[in-house]
Amino acid sequence: MVGPTRILEIRTSPHLLSGHRVETIMFNVVLALLPTTAWAIWCFGLKALLVLVTALASCLLTERAACAFSDRPSSLGDGSVAITGLLYGLTLPPGLPLWMVAVGGVIGVAMGKALFGGLGANPFNPALVARAFLQAAFPVAMTSWLPPFGPDRFGSLPASTLAPPFSRAVVDGWSGATPLAASKFGGELSALADLATGAVAGSLGETSGLLILLGGAWLVARHMMNWRIPVGIFTVVAGASALLHFVAPESHAPPGFMLFSGGLMLGAVFMATDMVGSPVTGAGCLLYGALIGALVVVIRAWGGMPEGVMYAILLANAVSPHIDRWIRPRVFGQVAAEGDG
Amino acid sequence: MLKWFGAGSFRHGVHPPEAKDATRDLPIRRLPFAPLLVVPLSQHLGRPSIPVVREGQQVVRGEPIARPDGFLSVAMHAPASGVVKAIGLAPGIAGRMLPAIYLKPLPGSTQEVVEGTPCPLDATPEQIVHAIQEAGVVGLGGAGFPTHAKLRPPEGGFIDTLIVNGVECEPYLTTDHRVMLEQREDIFTGLRFLLAATGAARAIIGVEENKPDAAAHLREGLPEKLPVSIEVLPVKYPQGAEKMLIEALLGRRVPPGGLPASVHALCVNVATTAEIGRLLPHGRGIQERVVTITGPAVRHKGNYHVPIGTPLHFLLETVGVEDDLSRVFLGGPMMGSAAPCLDVPITKGTSGVVAFTERESLTTQVVEHPCIRCGYCLDACPMFLDPSQLGLLAANERHQEMADRHHLMSCFECGACAYVCPSHIPLVQRFRVAKAALRKAKAS
Repeated sequence: MVGPTRILEIRTSPHLLSGHRVETIMFNVVLALLPTTAWAIWCFGLKALLVLVTALASCLLTERAACAFSDRPSSLGDGSVAITGLLYGLTLPPGLPLWMVAVGGVIGVAMGKALFGGLGANPFNPALVARAFLQAAFPVAMTSWLPPFGPDRFGSLPASTLAPPFSRAVVDGWSGATPLAASKFGGELSALADLATGAVAGSLGETSGLLILLGGAWLVARHMMNWRIPVGIFTVVAGASALLHFVAPESHAPPGFMLFSGGLMLGAVFMATDMVGSPVTGAGCLLYGALIGALVVVIRAWGGMPEGVMYAILLANAVSPHIDRWIRPRVFGQVAAEGDG
Repeated sequence: MLKWFGAGSFRHGVHPPEAKDATRDLPIRRLPFAPLLVVPLSQHLGRPSIPVVREGQQVVRGEPIARPDGFLSVAMHAPASGVVKAIGLAPGIAGRMLPAIYLKPLPGSTQEVVEGTPCPLDATPEQIVHAIQEAGVVGLGGAGFPTHAKLRPPEGGFIDTLIVNGVECEPYLTTDHRVMLEQREDIFTGLRFLLAATGAARAIIGVEENKPDAAAHLREGLPEKLPVSIEVLPVKYPQGAEKMLIEALLGRRVPPGGLPASVHALCVNVATTAEIGRLLPHGRGIQERVVTITGPAVRHKGNYHVPIGTPLHFLLETVGVEDDLSRVFLGGPMMGSAAPCLDVPITKGTSGVVAFTERESLTTQVVEHPCIRCGYCLDACPMFLDPSQLGLLAANERHQEMADRHHLMSCFECGACAYVCPSHIPLVQRFRVAKAALRKAKAS
C-alpha cells in the first residue's frame, strides 16, 4: 500500500546524473600514465621503480596526514594525489637519492596542495611545486643524469639511490647529459628517433614522447583532457623554434628536437592539462597553452637553464585564474541584443 | 555555412538517457476518480483564483468553480461531478500549504462534461484570449504560465512565427508524444485559434527525431491552407526550453532577460495547443490532463488521462508501485520537483509522475567533491554561463556578483550543469538559493 505517511527522499532537480565522477577522471589519468611509467621502469630499472614508489608513498602519506591534521575525511579516494605522486616521480632523475624524493613529495603535497585547501583549491600543480623545491634545494642532484638501458639495471642500484640524508656521496658515479643540455652547452643534437622512443638520458618520464602522446590521445578521446592546451603549446613551440632555427641554425635547435626533448611532452600533455590549474573556456585553454609554449621557448633559448617547462607551467598556472576572468563565455543572446540596439 | 554552427539545433546541451521506451507506444488510458479530489486554487503564476462555490454545494463536471483574479490568473473547473467538501489548505509540491477546493465525486453520476459558450474560430483575438483564460489554460509543459497572457504581441511589436513545442526533451515523459499521435485534430484546431490570437503568419511544430511516428502522423493529416510545417530536430536536452527551441528552428536568439516576442516568436506547448482546440469549441475548461506515469518503481507504466486534483497516493495505488519506492517527482527527472508527500495533487502543469526506487537513490551514491574546474558544465550550459564560477561564488554567498557579472538570472535551471558535474555539486540548487536571496534582498 502507498500510504500518505511513507517517507520520501527529497532532493532538488536534476534527479539524474551523467555518471561522470572525479574518481573516474583521476583513474583514467593514472591509466594514461601507465605506459610511460612502465617504459621508464624498463629503461632505468630498479632505481626508477624505487623513485616512483617513494614519490607515490610520500605524496599519499602527506595527503592523509594533512586530512587528519585539518579534521577532514580522507581525500585519498578521489585519486588526485595518486596522479600527483606518479607525475612527480616521473619528473625526477632516475638516480636521485630516495630521501630527497620523499622530502620533495612531502613539500609538494603539503605546501602545494593541502595548505591551499586541498583538491580544487591549489593554484599550482603540486607535482611541479615538489620538483621546483628540489631543483632549488638540490640543484646538483637534480641535474645529474644516468643513461638508460644500463647493464644490470634490475640487479644493482647506484650508490646515490640509497645515500643517507645529507651525505656527500651523492655526486659519485654520475654520467650522461640530457639531450637538451648537450644541445645547449655542447651544440650536439640527438637523433629524433631516439628522442621519440626514449633512448636518451633524462628524467624518468620525459624520455618517451610517443607513449606520452598515446596516453594523451586516450584522455582526449574520453573527454578527460582539453586538447587545446597541448595543441597550443606544441604550435607555439614548433612555430617559434622553427623561426629561431631558420634565423640562427647554429645556436637554436630545430622544432622536432624542441618538441620531443626534455620535459615538454610530459609537461604539455599531463601537467599543463591539470584541470584545477588551467582555464575553463576553450579560448582560455588555447591562450594558456600558447603562453606556456612561449615561456618554454624563451627559457630554453635565452635562459640560464637547459630546460624551462616546469617554470613555464607554474607561471601559467598563476595566470590561469586571470585568463578565466578575461575570457568568459558570452551569455546566450547577448550578440543579438547588441545587434538589435 | 550555418550548418557548421549547429543550425537545426542549439549549441551545448546534454544527452541524458531517454528512458521513453516503456510508455511511448502505450495509448492514453483513463484513470478513475479518486474518492476525494484536491483542486489547488494556485496552479499558475499570478494570484490564486477566487472560488465561486460554497462548501456543501453540488457541482457538475466541467462547471467553473473559481474565477480568475487579475490578468495573470485563470479560471478553475470541476474535475468531476460531486460535492464541495471544504475550501481550505492543501499541501503543494513546494512543501507549502496552498488554498484548495476539496471535491468529493459522486459515484453514481454520469460524469458528463457540461458545455459553456463556444468560442468560434472567427472570433476576434481579444475574444480568443479571453476564452483561453476562462478555459483555465496554463502551459501544460510545467511552468504554469497562463497561456492567454503571452498571446498578444507587445505594444508596437509583432509575432511572425508561432512555435508549437512537441520536443518533449525531458527523459521518461511521453505525454506530448501520445497527444501528437492521438489528438491531431485538436492540435490543428488549437493552432487556428492561436494563429488568430497572435496574428502570426505561420506556425512550426518542432518534434525531436526520437518521435518519428508523431512527426509523420502530423504531416499526413496536415490540413490544406493551414500555414503549418513540421520540423524534426536532433535529440538534445534542453531543446524544449523556449529560447533553445527558437534558436533551433528560427536561428534567432532571444536576448538575456528578453521574451520570445522580442524576436517575433511565440512558443506554446503541443499539449496546451491540443487542449485549446479541444476546449474552446465547446466552451469548456480544463478538468483533466494527460500524465505519463512511469519510472522503475511503477508497475503499470503508461499515459493516463488524470483528473486535476487527483492525489498522488491514489494515483500510485491505482498503477501499483514497488515496495522500495523512495522518490516521486512531478514532471521529468531533469527539471521536475520531488514530491514532499503523497498528498500532493496532480495539477495542470504536471506532465509526468516519475517514481524511483531505492536503487536509483542519489543520496547513497553521491559524494560531493570540490570543483576541479574540469569545464564540463560550461560545455553543457545552453545559456553559455560559467556554472563552475557561479557555483564557487554561491558557496561564498556572493549573490549580487553572480547576478551582476555572471548572468545568474539567465539561468533557467535546466540542470544540465549539475547533470554532468563529476564532483556532484548541487549547482542548480545553489543557483536557486542565490536567486531567492536576491529576490528577498530586493523586496526588503
